[in-house]
Amino acid sequence: MSDTVIEARDLTKRYGRATAVDGISFDIARGEIFGLLGPNGAGKTTTILMMLGLTEITSGTVRVLGHDPVREPLQVKRMVGYLPDTVGFYDHMTAVDNLRYTAGLIGIPVADRAARITSALDRVGLSDAARKHVGNFSRGMRQRLGLAEILMKDVSVAILDEPTSGLDPQATNELLEMIRWLKREGVAVLLSSHLLERVQSVCDRVALFHSGKIALIGTVPELAKQVLGGGYHVEVEADGTGLAEKLAAVPGVRNVEATAPGHFRLLAEGDVRPQAAAAVVGAGGQLRRLSVENPSLDAIYSRYFESQPRSEGEMHAA
Amino acid sequence: MRREGSPRRGVGVVFFRELFDHLTSVRMLVLELLVVLFGAVVVYFAAEQIRNTTAEDPFLFLRLFAPPGQSLLSFVTVLSILIPLIAIGLGFDAINGEYNRRTLSRILSQPIYRDALLFGKFLAGLATLSICLITLWLMVIGFGLLRLGIPPSTEEMGRMLVFLLVSIAYAGVWLSLAMLFSVLFRSTATAALSALGLWLFLALLWPALAQVVGEAISPSDIRFTMIGIPTPDTVAWQQGLARISPGTLYGEAVVAMLNPEAQSLTNLLAQFQGRVLGAPLPLDQSILSAWPQIVSLIAGMILLFVVGYIAFQRQEVRA
Ligand SMILES: Nc1ncnc2c1ncn2[C@@H]1O[C@H](COP(=O)(O)OP(=O)(O)O)[C@@H](O)[C@H]1O
Ligand SMILES: [Mg+2]
Repeated sequence: MSDTVIEARDLTKRYGRATAVDGISFDIARGEIFGLLGPNGAGKTTTILMMLGLTEITSGTVRVLGHDPVREPLQVKRMVGYLPDTVGFYDHMTAVDNLRYTAGLIGIPVADRAARITSALDRVGLSDAARKHVGNFSRGMRQRLGLAEILMKDVSVAILDEPTSGLDPQATNELLEMIRWLKREGVAVLLSSHLLERVQSVCDRVALFHSGKIALIGTVPELAKQVLGGGYHVEVEADGTGLAEKLAAVPGVRNVEATAPGHFRLLAEGDVRPQAAAAVVGAGGQLRRLSVENPSLDAIYSRYFESQPRSEGEMHAA
Repeated sequence: MRREGSPRRGVGVVFFRELFDHLTSVRMLVLELLVVLFGAVVVYFAAEQIRNTTAEDPFLFLRLFAPPGQSLLSFVTVLSILIPLIAIGLGFDAINGEYNRRTLSRILSQPIYRDALLFGKFLAGLATLSICLITLWLMVIGFGLLRLGIPPSTEEMGRMLVFLLVSIAYAGVWLSLAMLFSVLFRSTATAALSALGLWLFLALLWPALAQVVGEAISPSDIRFTMIGIPTPDTVAWQQGLARISPGTLYGEAVVAMLNPEAQSLTNLLAQFQGRVLGAPLPLDQSILSAWPQIVSLIAGMILLFVVGYIAFQRQEVRA
């Protein structure tokens, strides 16, 4: 079995004269969490719908587990779980009944249904609400029910469109934890979001979308290095003489800024706290505080597009 | 391009869920009560009228559905009005309802084709309507047995059975139309209003309009007017136009089935062939004379469904 579960090549979607997705290519590996990130209207949802065969592809190809969603949509949909943005259920039915209906559509053998539904609801923490009408569910509960549907389906790829949007911080964290769990189960996860900060922690790799194109693709530290020239900010508070020079000499440090007497801000390619500490101590200084700030996708995104010609009115979603 | 897998995959699942939904919904209960209420009143008066008049009528049972003479409200009239109402009530939010509840893309991401969703919903709607109509039909016959005290003849049974099937086909036309609108309009209110508007137009205005337009296209010939009979060409146009309305087709088919003495214009020929005017037609002749109407109703149902199907295939599913 190959290690690539999704393979997109020059994928393009045009609505009339407007191009929603413009010749994008990417690969997603087995058991990877891949983030499609970018502002609203960048083309994330359109890309997802093309991968599922739910909208026509204008040109280019996509293979999901070796299948073409245009020719073999049922094969693809059998192995892929999809959580649409703002997922809906039948409000007058219970959570279990909703899942039972989908189980029928999926074709899960009748004998297995009850057990698979129960364990899926259990997994997402909805056991108590299993017999309640979905009409009373909060947004977070609906998202979790959508995730339960994917778990019940027992898929190798999960595609989640804006899974965290509209959730409070706690619900977001719970959901992200479930996504990590999916990964541990060997499921490849593709998730889209316009909130870069929220999801950057779970993504193994990200693709930054900008008006239908993938502007950058890679791991967050890679992108940080490429765009910000590092991206790790290390704060050092220490007393001593000639510390700035010593700190600047640490391998991986790009820049040293003395923000106040005894306060230094280092821009580095990685987490250089140990080396910085050694440098301070080596120079006979007294280390009082040391902290690191991981590179932020928001910073990467805005920095990258500052240096690019801006397209009309595109907002960086907050 | 050949598609992999069967387009029927999932039809059964959709069918049973939708059927269950319909049969347990409050909406259906209200519609059913409406029909039973209207039907009961009308059939009661029909039975009274029959009892007061002749007991020698060979088609006593048929009079329950369509009383002889100028009865203002017959069971058939009530049905021809209420069937479209129920069918529209069942179908107007079939697809746009899923879209608005944001369930459409989730359902279509399961391993089924769009065909299965649309077809399963249509079959469920038709089954619901059939259950409804069969129940009513049995109720009327049961009432007739009690009230009139004689069982229907074999021929009457046959005629009532065909009448039932024609009613289901008529319901199918309106269900197809309502579902087509549910594909075309994203708003369920718009779909419902458009379907109801079209129904009112076809039921109330179109018969009169067909007369006027027919006259305009092919004016009456003075030679016919002089001797007091309508011009055949004009009448042909007027009838043809009127038959665009499924209600007209249904009415004609029902009259042929429930009123064996009725001589429709197509039967004028029979008069010249020596059949006595007013003598009842045998069942097979009645079916034959109503055949074009019956086929047109079924064809209309299929055509409307296919148009909806094509529109749905190309539709964006995103919320
Ligand atoms: N049905 C449609 N017709 C025309 N344009 C569309 C349609 N759907 C989406 N678009 C356009 O495609 C672009 C990408 O949209 P989308 O994929 O939804 O972005 P995202 O999910 O990243 O917010 C947007 O500019 C949007 O206006
Ligand atoms: Mg989107």
